[in-house]
Amino acid sequence: MNKPLIDIKSVLHAYQTADGPLPVLNGLDVAVPEGGFVAVVGPSGCGKSTLTRLVAGLMKPDEGEVWLHGERVKGPRSTVGMAFQNPVLLEWRSILKNVMLPLEIVPTKLSKAAQEERARKLLALVGLEGFEDKRPSELSGGMRQRASLCRALIHQPEVLILDEPFGALDAFTREDLWQTMHALKAEEPFTGVLITHDLRESIFLADQVIVLSGRPAKTQYVMDIPTDGQRVLDDLYTPEAAERLNILRHQIEIAQGRAAPDGEAA
Amino acid sequence: MLKKIAVPIVATLIFLGLWELLVWANGWPNYIMASPSDLPAAYSKFWNLFLIMGWQTLWRTVVGLLIAIAVGVAIGMIMGFSRTMRDALYPLLVGFNAIPKATVVPIVALLFVGAHDFNTILIAFMISFFPIAVSVSIGLSTLEPEYRDILRSLGASQATIFWKIALPKTLPEFFGALKVAVTLAFIGTNLMEIVSPHGRGLGALFDSGKTNSDYPLMFAVLIALAFLGIVLYYVVVALEKVFAGWAERQPS
Repeated sequence: MNKPLIDIKSVLHAYQTADGPLPVLNGLDVAVPEGGFVAVVGPSGCGKSTLTRLVAGLMKPDEGEVWLHGERVKGPRSTVGMAFQNPVLLEWRSILKNVMLPLEIVPTKLSKAAQEERARKLLALVGLEGFEDKRPSELSGGMRQRASLCRALIHQPEVLILDEPFGALDAFTREDLWQTMHALKAEEPFTGVLITHDLRESIFLADQVIVLSGRPAKTQYVMDIPTDGQRVLDDLYTPEAAERLNILRHQIEIAQGRAAPDGEAA
Repeated sequence: MLKKIAVPIVATLIFLGLWELLVWANGWPNYIMASPSDLPAAYSKFWNLFLIMGWQTLWRTVVGLLIAIAVGVAIGMIMGFSRTMRDALYPLLVGFNAIPKATVVPIVALLFVGAHDFNTILIAFMISFFPIAVSVSIGLSTLEPEYRDILRSLGASQATIFWKIALPKTLPEFFGALKVAVTLAFIGTNLMEIVSPHGRGLGALFDSGKTNSDYPLMFAVLIALAFLGIVLYYVVVALEKVFAGWAERQPS
């Protein structure tokens, strides 16, 4: 078996609060193979965002290890791209310059012209052709999130970390963006970790869904979603999809403590 | 564009008209309240003094303001980046700001007696740095963590994050505070010019108008001060358009 590109091994992490340490992650295991796309779901406040910060090297786990591409993560690294629920575009820059921001930080061999060409190509891929010179404030929420995805991918990161990127969008825009994600993945291969609250989103986008338990979170349940060619939105309305959603919903209820684990009396 | 210029001019004319009407209707003599029609005589009589003293007031205000910007931004940065420093400095700053500067003026005038320019600049600075410091500190401390994370996850240094994100993001707040500081600095300059013996600037001209019972001159000085304040204010507005114009939403 291939060595996983992202490997999180029995990670334990606690926040220091006034009332003593508050453990958020305890015994978390996540392994993502190269090119894989893992969705992490779980109850609110279970430490999902902490997980993204650990992978990005913005935080160090108290115990356990985080490995990226065979190297232990000790700090931030330029091979990571991030997008959040808040698109955090810089209002004083055009969309094009916003997308090109990471190239000002990460060493790149591309010439200025090639950088711009790459940014334009990405923007066209997500349907933002013609908006390159607009300011973020002139775009809708969905369009801003598209631009934010382009920025996360401009420096060809090995790992794309998405922390509820579509959480603040309306249902239709969200479904549009799911399809955009598939288009991006086909053109710009990456290994992805998606944090989400939306179970339909998780089974539509990911090839593996991981359910975290309530705080302190550990890996509670893993579901593999077979990747059989192009996914279309209609796939979400098949009996198989309904069954997967049911299983996941049940697992979330267990994580929330509202349902007993399997095998025990409910 | 024409409308943009015409509206404030018409508003000013209406204001002057109402003022004239008020004085005329009450039959006030000019030692109670001068009317706009008294002003042209005062300006033509002392036009060279207005130019010399107006310039003195203007440059000292601007220098005081520049120092206020430098010090205010520095204090704002310290408070914006360090919680401890914010907790330590806030009560001091608020207390300092609460002291009426009119009471500090005689103290400074005695401390550095005769140093007109220095005293005036000092008071202009003291009265105007507070809003700048507060706005910069708030702008920096309310920066959403995601903004930092976007660059930090790529390995950017704190300095890079400051120059690329924190500083430009704070500019709209900074200019908002600067507009307040401009008018405050004029107040500071004039307090010192009026109080300090043998002062300079428009404040001293006001004082000599008082001494000579030349009431139209006193009002003329006030209007001249208002004019300088407006000019400097719009200089700040122009700078804001250049450096933080992005923050202005297009009317939709």
